[in-house]
Amino acid sequence: MRTALILLFALALGAIPGSVVPQRRISPVRVSDFISEHPTLGPIYDKIGMFSVYSSPWFSAIYLLLFVSLIGCIIPRVGVYAKAMRARPPRTPRNLVRLPAYAHADISDDDHDVLDRAGVALRRRHYRVDVHSDSVAAERGYLREAGNLVFHISLVFVLIGIAIGALFGFRGTSVVIVGQGFSNNLTQYDDFSAGGRFTEADLAPFSVAVKDFQVRFETGPVQRGAARLFRANVEVTERPGAAPRQEVLEVNKPLHIGGTTVHLIGHGYAPKVTVKDAEGNVAFSGPVVMLPQDSNFTSLGAIKAPDARPERLAFEALFLPTAVLNNQGPHSIFPDALNPALFANVWYGPPKVETGKPENVYSLDTAGLTQLRQSDGQPVRIALKVGDGVNLPDGKGSIQLDGWVRWVKLQIGDTPGVPISLVALGFAVAGLCLSLFVRPRRLWIRVRDGETGHRVLEVGGLDRADARVGLTDDVAELAAELSRGPKDVSASEV
Amino acid sequence: MRYEYYSNLALVSSVVVYALAMFAHAAEWAAARRVSVTEKAEPELVNVRASERTEMRPEPPDLRPEPADHPDSGDHRDSGDSPASSARVEQFGRMGVALTIIGFLLSVAGVLLRALAAQRAPWGNMFEFTITAMVFIVGVYLIMLWRTGIRWLGLPVTLLAAVGNGLAVTVFYVAVAPLVPALHSVWFLIHIVAAAISGAAFNVGGLMSILYLIKKRAEDRGAVQGYLERLPSSRKIDLIAYRFLAFAFPLWTFTVVAGAIWAEYAWGRYWGWDPKETWALITWVIYAGYLHARSTAGWRGSRAAVIAIIGMASFWFNFIGINLLVSGLHSYAGI
Repeated sequence: MRTALILLFALALGAIPGSVVPQRRISPVRVSDFISEHPTLGPIYDKIGMFSVYSSPWFSAIYLLLFVSLIGCIIPRVGVYAKAMRARPPRTPRNLVRLPAYAHADISDDDHDVLDRAGVALRRRHYRVDVHSDSVAAERGYLREAGNLVFHISLVFVLIGIAIGALFGFRGTSVVIVGQGFSNNLTQYDDFSAGGRFTEADLAPFSVAVKDFQVRFETGPVQRGAARLFRANVEVTERPGAAPRQEVLEVNKPLHIGGTTVHLIGHGYAPKVTVKDAEGNVAFSGPVVMLPQDSNFTSLGAIKAPDARPERLAFEALFLPTAVLNNQGPHSIFPDALNPALFANVWYGPPKVETGKPENVYSLDTAGLTQLRQSDGQPVRIALKVGDGVNLPDGKGSIQLDGWVRWVKLQIGDTPGVPISLVALGFAVAGLCLSLFVRPRRLWIRVRDGETGHRVLEVGGLDRADARVGLTDDVAELAAELSRGPKDVSASEV
Repeated sequence: MRYEYYSNLALVSSVVVYALAMFAHAAEWAAARRVSVTEKAEPELVNVRASERTEMRPEPPDLRPEPADHPDSGDHRDSGDSPASSARVEQFGRMGVALTIIGFLLSVAGVLLRALAAQRAPWGNMFEFTITAMVFIVGVYLIMLWRTGIRWLGLPVTLLAAVGNGLAVTVFYVAVAPLVPALHSVWFLIHIVAAAISGAAFNVGGLMSILYLIKKRAEDRGAVQGYLERLPSSRKIDLIAYRFLAFAFPLWTFTVVAGAIWAEYAWGRYWGWDPKETWALITWVIYAGYLHARSTAGWRGSRAAVIAIIGMASFWFNFIGINLLVSGLHSYAGI
């Protein structure tokens, strides 16, 4: 018990840093910010796993030790309990007066079956009863320990369920432009993580097409800009060739496709642009996914036209759904697209050799590129409204903002083992209730001859758990009931 | 808008009334300081004996008729034949209870009107959660008062209610607004009601643990004076505190599990170590520690009570600190 207590405290203390220090799993950006802000502390934190507390060796050690101690505690107790289950109530103590609750009552001399009636009455109250020649011994509340064991065993199963999920599960996200689709294979994921026993063959071959996506934001004075509605209409095809079915995907209403769950976890804007090169040919045309930087969806991204000739073109772009240009620079003041605008810097450079090396689609690597400047040396800044186009200086080409679409971020995942954990947690709560609310109690009843020649019925009781209630009342009531005369019962306590 | 106005009016009034109730109870405690020790010595003996009766003790039966589970109420009924100072204690106490009931009705009205104003269950942000939790806390206290006469809890409960609703209407206040999509779920009702009820019970248990420590200290020094005499024995307080915490713990377990299930629907994962989740688990582990401490030699009594108080602090930090200081998915304060 003391070990469990110490380990529980260690677990509570160990969990704290993860809620204070940024965590890599939750926000890698904040972790790198933290490291650059704290040049001495950052690396030390990194070494001792402060940025991934919950998968760090020391945190794992605490909870694994806790579970080892738990199992070490359960096994002997199951044996003890199995014995206790079959045990008879303990023999009647010699002196019932010494028990915590005691009552006695006179009974008539010809009342010979009082002990049998006591046995019946106690059995009716769900006691386990032994009727001896001059006394009755009874015990109840075996379920308390059973509940306690069920609770602790359930915790082990919760951990097993989590372990199965971690080994065989996977989770990934994919940004899908509205109007386009996602098909479930590894190349379509933007990020993906899976357990050690996961194989690519475990991915079900479904596809999801996002038909349209409705968003509504609060326009009233209170919580202006807060999200009010996200709803995507999607078409699900379970496997190639199967008939597609229409579904609605919302926050709180994930799609279940076979064993895989698809969640809607984010959204953003993709401006549609057309870039023409110096020769007047279309070098790029289509939507460009941009990443929201704040709650008003000021979105940052890169428009790349590597095929522009004679020189390739690239743009560092800012898409603002409700654009305002003031002394803070261009920014968005509302998350919905009320006044969309695109702001961009222009870069150009000689055509790049196709290396096949993956590059970040959201940011521009300016190596080998030159920023396009006006004759006075100022960088060229482009500001476009929907439908606007502009020719770049020096005849480098042109760019046009054709419109915008939204994109949604889908999370696709499967966590096997969770049903095990959830069922186990159900048992845990039930077991916990039994172990906290069942009150084990022992009662003994004896008939003896009193000093005045009368026969006296004695009832003694003992509660075996904390927070007892009503033991004295029950003992007195039983004495009264059995002596058939509530008036001459005197209850007392030691 | 009218509903919202009257809701705010009721809640602000409830803060004032709770504060008055608190002053009445404070006056009750202060008046009791002047009641001499000898006057009350007799019931105290009974209490001490009552405190020991769960152990088997070879003592002769005490035939004094004594209400089994309510030594406190039994002791206090006889204050009628005490001198004027004792009568004044009683008067202040009743005043406190009456004011608490008025404050409770006002705060219930505030929550109901808020629900009408918002056209939904009033648990969408920190303000709404606080006023609801305060209704549960004071409601539990009033039920206990009616059933078992724990008026000695009046001062801490009214203090908590006045501070809680006071913070709600000043710091946490946000005007009525619809819910963000993540809250559109049946788990919204289940998870938050369970959290509010278990939170209420944790808080009542925590307040009792504080009183336990005060009383225990006085008992150990043999200096049980003034209002402390009117508290039940430390053993008894400990038992009642345990009942509250034992009730709250399974419910809190359920709250966390329900939250995990909801998190899977809303955010696509059962458990993501969001700061709120982490602190819910920390709170859970602390109370698990409390339950273990109660059956560990050397940890019963004062140490267990300290753990219960740490648990209450952790609950409050999870509620206020995490909502306001740390950014996470549970940032619904809207402030």
